[in-house]
Amino acid sequence: MKTLLKTAVMTAAAAGFLGAATLPAAALDDPGPAAYSAALKGKKVMLVPLSMGFDLAQGWTAFLKREIDAFGGTLETRDPNWSAEAGAQAITEAISSAEKPDVLIVMSPDLNSYSKLLKKAQQAGIYVILVDNPANFKADVYTGSDWTQLGRLEAEAVVKGCGEGSSKKIGLVQGDQVNATSLFQYAGIMEVLAKYPDFQVVAKPDSNWDATTSRNVTTTMLQQNPDICGIIDFWDGDATGAAAAIRDAGKQDQVYLVTTGGGEKTADCDRLEDGTYDAVVMTDLAHESSDMVAMIKYLLQGGQAPGTSSAYLYTLLKATTKADLTPGTCWDLQALQAAAK
Amino acid sequence: MGFLGSLNQERIVFAIAVAIFVIAALTLPGFFTADNLVAIVRSVSVLGILALGMAVIVIGRGIDLSMVAVMAMSVAWYLQMLGNGMSDGAALGLALAGVVVIGFANGFLVAYAEVPAIFVTLASASFVYGLVRSQLIGSDAVPVPPGHWVAELGALRLADVPVEVFVFAGLALAAFVFLRFTKWGRYVYYAGDNPAAARNVGMPVRPMLVLRYVLSSLVAFAAGILTAGSLQSMNTRVVNSTQLYDIVLVTVIGGIGLAGGKGGVRNVLIGAALIGIMLNAMTILDIPLLYQNLIKSAILLAAIIFDGVLNPRDEQTAQQGDI
Repeated sequence: MKTLLKTAVMTAAAAGFLGAATLPAAALDDPGPAAYSAALKGKKVMLVPLSMGFDLAQGWTAFLKREIDAFGGTLETRDPNWSAEAGAQAITEAISSAEKPDVLIVMSPDLNSYSKLLKKAQQAGIYVILVDNPANFKADVYTGSDWTQLGRLEAEAVVKGCGEGSSKKIGLVQGDQVNATSLFQYAGIMEVLAKYPDFQVVAKPDSNWDATTSRNVTTTMLQQNPDICGIIDFWDGDATGAAAAIRDAGKQDQVYLVTTGGGEKTADCDRLEDGTYDAVVMTDLAHESSDMVAMIKYLLQGGQAPGTSSAYLYTLLKATTKADLTPGTCWDLQALQAAAK
Repeated sequence: MGFLGSLNQERIVFAIAVAIFVIAALTLPGFFTADNLVAIVRSVSVLGILALGMAVIVIGRGIDLSMVAVMAMSVAWYLQMLGNGMSDGAALGLALAGVVVIGFANGFLVAYAEVPAIFVTLASASFVYGLVRSQLIGSDAVPVPPGHWVAELGALRLADVPVEVFVFAGLALAAFVFLRFTKWGRYVYYAGDNPAAARNVGMPVRPMLVLRYVLSSLVAFAAGILTAGSLQSMNTRVVNSTQLYDIVLVTVIGGIGLAGGKGGVRNVLIGAALIGIMLNAMTILDIPLLYQNLIKSAILLAAIIFDGVLNPRDEQTAQQGDI
């Protein structure tokens, strides 16, 4: 009897609860999805990197496409193929076209080339996100590396890599003297090295981002300073040249090579694994892309006019060595592209 | 005027090269060492190989602006095919076939359609780059598969001297023998000096033209293989770099006239020596790249002006089409 009563009470309670949950369903309708969809559906995002031909640009595209497709927007990319003029033309056309993009994501070739154009884009009602390369322009948001910090991390890595008993002579293979990434990286490196007065920079040639030039200047650097203990090359796109010079000189064990890159598997992790590089300061592509996506969603829903705010969303940077490698350290461009298809 | 009159661009550039070499050897520590001298030759080997191909074309009164594009894109395509798992023989065969087709098309358009070489090769450079970059390879840089013979070639040393140096020396000798001692080599000069007269006396001017463009494409492919071997990858960004101008610079600075019919392998070697010594010395001095370019161009300009003053253009033999 007691059991029966208990069951009856529980059944009634359950029925009442269920009834309460199902009846006023309309009142609990989440307003979010409708607002989200209204703000984002059909919106057009355009990505203008320096070139579509390198790992980061292809990685961003894969990430962005997945997210933008999901909210019903469209992603378009333009490939200036390392030409500032072609990039400027793509941006100009985007601003003046009838089907203007709502968000423009731009990787600037240097501090100044696009500044005026991007201001014009904001005046035309387009949100501008700067990615990875800083420029003298108040973008709605900058996502990417803090290049000074990146330089600091490289310098710390090379100081650690050289160690106490070494010659404490360091060589730099810079990119060029106009790109913000090269200039800020240099500033960061020198800032840290000032803290280690017994370390000295013995040479700092430019590679002009070219691997053959990097190899030639590194060969000379190693011959001039045979006891060099560490080299920082400013980009993994040309550091293969510095690595070749070190390999040719038979100094892999003596020279600690640090560079920076987008964290792509074949470009960075495989090279750490096989000892080409000793440390790579990597960009966390997934987080960087997520920051971009978050800002696209936020700006398009926020209703503020383009150019109102400007924020820096720096991606977390880390100097990775062979010892830190895990299967998830790098991202795999081929896998990412296969998944996006 | 006796001594000054004997100076021509070749001798001026040679004198400048020697002067810089002596000054650098005396003042720069570590310049005049065996290792550094090897490094100098190596740094201009690939450039020199390309310049040899260009020299044969220029002497025959032409120019091949597609060399860098052919070099980078053919090798990148080859490596991409290997990366996709194609057998080495098939991939190499396809890449070589592609290179020959481009050279043949260049030569055919110049020789038979009579389109100026500068336009034909400028267009084919863009075509080759665009086609390969958009259709055949996935990204700017294509790595050499680990353990492949291209990588092993790049690591090859004979008596501590990198293999590029021997290839450069071998090709220089081959080009010298071809231009100096073979019938077709001599024809290159005649056809370059006066194509109409060469044709009138019965030389196969047009087929030879086609052959030269095929040769320069093959030379470009060889240079590309050496570059890829040394760097373990082929970065197609070099197509946008100033390498093409450097090739023309090395070719003409030693005294090969762009008007054709003049010069030889010696001029290329002198040009390559000057550029190699200069770049090496400036790198040792840690001069920034912007200044290096400025100094390089100033020396080139000085050599050309000096030559122009000492050997003024002869209006009687100046040819239409002189650049």
